[in-house]
Amino acid sequence: MKNILKSIAALVTVLIAFTSCNDTKKSDSKSGALASNVAEKVYVAPGEHDEFYAFISGGFSGQLSVYGLPSGRLFKVIPVFSQDAEKAWGYNEETKPMLETSHGFVPWDDAHHPDISQTAGEIDGRWVFINGNNTPRIAKVDLSTFETTEIIEIPNSAGNHSSSFVTENTEYVVAGTRFSVPIPQRDMPIKDYKGNFKGSLTFISVEPEHGHMDIKFQLIMPGFDYDLSHPGRGKSHGWFFFTTYNTEEASTLLEVNASQNDKDFIAAVNWKKIEEYVNNGGGTMMPANYAHNVYDESTHMATSTLKKEVLTVNPLDVPGAVFLLPTPKSPHGCDVDPTGEYIVGNGKLSANLTVHSFTKMLDAIENEKFAGDAYGIPILNFEDVLAGSVEQPGLGPLHTEFDGKGNAYTTFFISSEVVKWKLGTWEVVDRQPCYYSVGHLMIPGGNSQKPWGKYVVAMNKITKDRYLPTGPEVTQSAQLYDISGEKMELLLDFPTIGEPHYAAGCPADLIKPRSKKLFPLEENNHPYAAKSEADTKVVRDGNIVHVYMTMIRSHFAPDNIEGVKVGDKVYFHVTNLEQDYDVPHGVSMIGANTSELLIMPGQTETFLWEPKQEGVWPFYCTDFCSALHQEMQGYVRVSAANANTPLKWSLGEDIE
Amino acid sequence: MKTTLRLMTLLFAALVLSCGGKEEKKEEKFSYEKKSTKTEAVTKKEEKVPASKRVDLTNKGVGPITSVELAADIDQAMAAQGQEVFKKMCTACHRADKKFIGPAPTGITERRSPEWIMNMILNPEEMVQKDALAKELLIEFNGSPMANQNLTEEEARSVLEYFRTLK
Repeated sequence: MKNILKSIAALVTVLIAFTSCNDTKKSDSKSGALASNVAEKVYVAPGEHDEFYAFISGGFSGQLSVYGLPSGRLFKVIPVFSQDAEKAWGYNEETKPMLETSHGFVPWDDAHHPDISQTAGEIDGRWVFINGNNTPRIAKVDLSTFETTEIIEIPNSAGNHSSSFVTENTEYVVAGTRFSVPIPQRDMPIKDYKGNFKGSLTFISVEPEHGHMDIKFQLIMPGFDYDLSHPGRGKSHGWFFFTTYNTEEASTLLEVNASQNDKDFIAAVNWKKIEEYVNNGGGTMMPANYAHNVYDESTHMATSTLKKEVLTVNPLDVPGAVFLLPTPKSPHGCDVDPTGEYIVGNGKLSANLTVHSFTKMLDAIENEKFAGDAYGIPILNFEDVLAGSVEQPGLGPLHTEFDGKGNAYTTFFISSEVVKWKLGTWEVVDRQPCYYSVGHLMIPGGNSQKPWGKYVVAMNKITKDRYLPTGPEVTQSAQLYDISGEKMELLLDFPTIGEPHYAAGCPADLIKPRSKKLFPLEENNHPYAAKSEADTKVVRDGNIVHVYMTMIRSHFAPDNIEGVKVGDKVYFHVTNLEQDYDVPHGVSMIGANTSELLIMPGQTETFLWEPKQEGVWPFYCTDFCSALHQEMQGYVRVSAANANTPLKWSLGEDIE
Repeated sequence: MKTTLRLMTLLFAALVLSCGGKEEKKEEKFSYEKKSTKTEAVTKKEEKVPASKRVDLTNKGVGPITSVELAADIDQAMAAQGQEVFKKMCTACHRADKKFIGPAPTGITERRSPEWIMNMILNPEEMVQKDALAKELLIEFNGSPMANQNLTEEEARSVLEYFRTLK
C-alpha cells in the first residue's frame, strides 16, 4: 500500500513537473502575455545599444541628463548650470568662468527646455540648447563631447521660460522672458507695473559651423508673462509663436488676478521681417550687462566676457511683424505641428484645446481684420484664426507633441493623462493615464518637421507610490508609451533627476558616429599642459606655485614634490597622457578646498590647493585605471611659510 | 514496485534537467577552463628566462601588421621621427636604456620580430590577451598594461626604425 502511495505521489510529481514545464513555454499566449510582451519592448540586451537618445532636463538640478530609449537607462548627467563635483564642472579653474554672470558666480539654476539643433526642419544631432530659467541663460551642449561649451546670459529677462527653442535651420535659438520687468531695470514701485514693465523676446543667432551664439536682437513687448514658444516650420518658417498669460498685467496674487481675462494671447512674431529691419540698421542699441562664456576645446579652457550693450527692437517700429492671436484661458504650451499649419494653444484653464491656423492668420493679417490692439500691437479675431478645437479632451492641458502621422498628443495635468487626437478632425483617438500629473511630453523629433513617432515619454510632476519610498522626497519620474499603433501602450516607468521639464530625443545613429573618444594630445593647446613627462616641472612665482603634472597608467609625474610652503597657492595643472578610449584618470589632494579632477585622455585640467599645515600630504588617482591604480599616488612636502626648503620634484628616484 | 519508483525518479530528474538547462553550460565553461590551465602549465615549464629577456624572432604577434620589410641600412630620417614620437607618446612608461614602468626598448630588435613590435604598439589590448609572450610580459611588469596611444601605422613604423638604432 505504501509503495502504491509512493508511486502515485511520484507520478503526480512527475506530472506537475511536466505540466509546469509546459506552462512556462506557453506563457506567451496566456495571461502573462501582455506583461512579458511589454518587457520585451523595452529590453535592451546586455551589450546592445538603445535606439534613441533622450536628453531630459534636470529641472532644479540645473543639469541635462542623457537617457536611452526604450530602456530608460541613464548614461550621463551633463553639468550645465550647476557645479558638479563628479566632473569638477564649475570647480576646476578651466570651467569656473562658465558659471559667471552679471550677478557674479552663480553655480546653480533651474534648467528647463532642451532642444536639439535642426537643419531643414529636421533634427541634426549637433547641439542641444537648454535654458537656465532663474538667472536667465542659454547653454549650448556639444553632442560630439556631451559637454557644455557655451553659455550666454540674457539681459532684460527674468524667468527665462519661453526658451530655448531653435528655428528650422538653427538660425536662432529663442529665449523669451516669463516675468516682465522694468527695462532697463530701475528702482520703481511694484504697483506701477501696468504699462511700465516690459517683456523681452530674445533672438540669439547661432553661427552655422561652430554654433557660436550672439544676441541678434531683443523684441521689447508689452508687460505680459511669456510662457512657452515654438518656431514656425515648413510654410510658417520665419515666424515664432509665444503663449502669454497675465495679460491682466497683475503684479500680485496672480493665481487670481492673472486668471481674469477670458482670453490671453499667442504672440506671432515674423522674425524674418525683424531680421531684415535689423540688418538694415534698425533697432536701438541699449546699455546692458551680460556674461558670454565660451569653452574652447583646444585650450580645454573657458573664458567669460561681460558684454555691455544689446540691440532692442520696438515692435511698433516694424509694422506687420507682430500680431496677437486671442487664445482661451492662460495658455501654457505653444506647439506647432510638423506641417507648420497648426499652432496649438494649450489653455491650461480652458475646457477645450485651441488650435490656430497659420493660413487663416495670414489671411486675417492681409485683410487687416483686427479686433483691436494691445499697446499698438494688432489683435486678430479669435474666430478668424481658429482652425478648430478639441472639445473637452481632459482637464488642464499643458503640452502637445506630434507623431508625423497626423496625430497630436497632449498632456493633461489635472486629469493626469496623455490624450491622442487627430489634426484636422480634432477627434480624440485614445487616452492613457499617467502616474501622476504629467507635465511635459516628448516624442523624438516631435517638435520638428520629421518626428520619429514610435515612443512618447511623459514627464510627471508627482511620483507618490510608484517606487520604493525614499523618505519625504521621492524620485522624479517619467513614463514611456509605445505610440506605433492606433492605441497607446504604457511600457515603462523610469526615474529621472531634478524635475524634468521637457526633453529632446533623436535616433542614436544621428549622434553615435560623431561621439568623440578622446582629445588628441597634439591638439591640446592648454597653456599649462605638459604633453610628455619631459615637460613636467614645478615653477614658483612669488607665493604662486604651478605644478605641470602628467598622468598615465599608473603614475603621476612628478609624484614627489618638495619646497611648497604654507600659504602658497598651488595650481596643479594635470594632463592625462593616455590616448586610448575610456582611460580617464582622477586626481585628488588631501584638504583641497576646490575639488577632485576627472581628466579625459589628452585633456588638461587644473585645481587650486592652498596648503594650511606643514607636513607631507598625499594625492592619488580617484578613477580606477588599471591593476596598479592603488599604486597611483604621490606626496607633496609642505614646509613652514618662512622655511628654505628648495623647490624639487621627481619621479622614480629619491628626491635628495 | 521499486523499479517503477526508480524509473519515476529518473524521469523526474530528467524533466527537471530539461527544464533548467543551465547545468550544461557550466560544464562547458569548466572544460574550457581546464584547457587554458593546461596551456598555462606548459608555458610555466619554459619560464626560466623572463619574458623580457627571451628571444623569439619568429613570433609576429597578433594585430594589423603581418609583414615588415627592413632595409639593410637604417633610415636615419625615419628613426629621428620615431625618436620624436617615442619621446612624446612613450616616455611616460619607457626609458630607452633602462627598465622603467615597462621594459627598455634597447636591443628589442634582437629579441622580437619587427611585426611583433609594431603589433604590440598598435594593438596592445589584444596582444596581452592572445599573444603568450605579451601576456607573460604583462605579468612580469606587475600587470601594468601597455597603453594604446593610438599611434598611426606610419608612426609605429618610425618608432620601430628608432628602436633599430638602440643597441
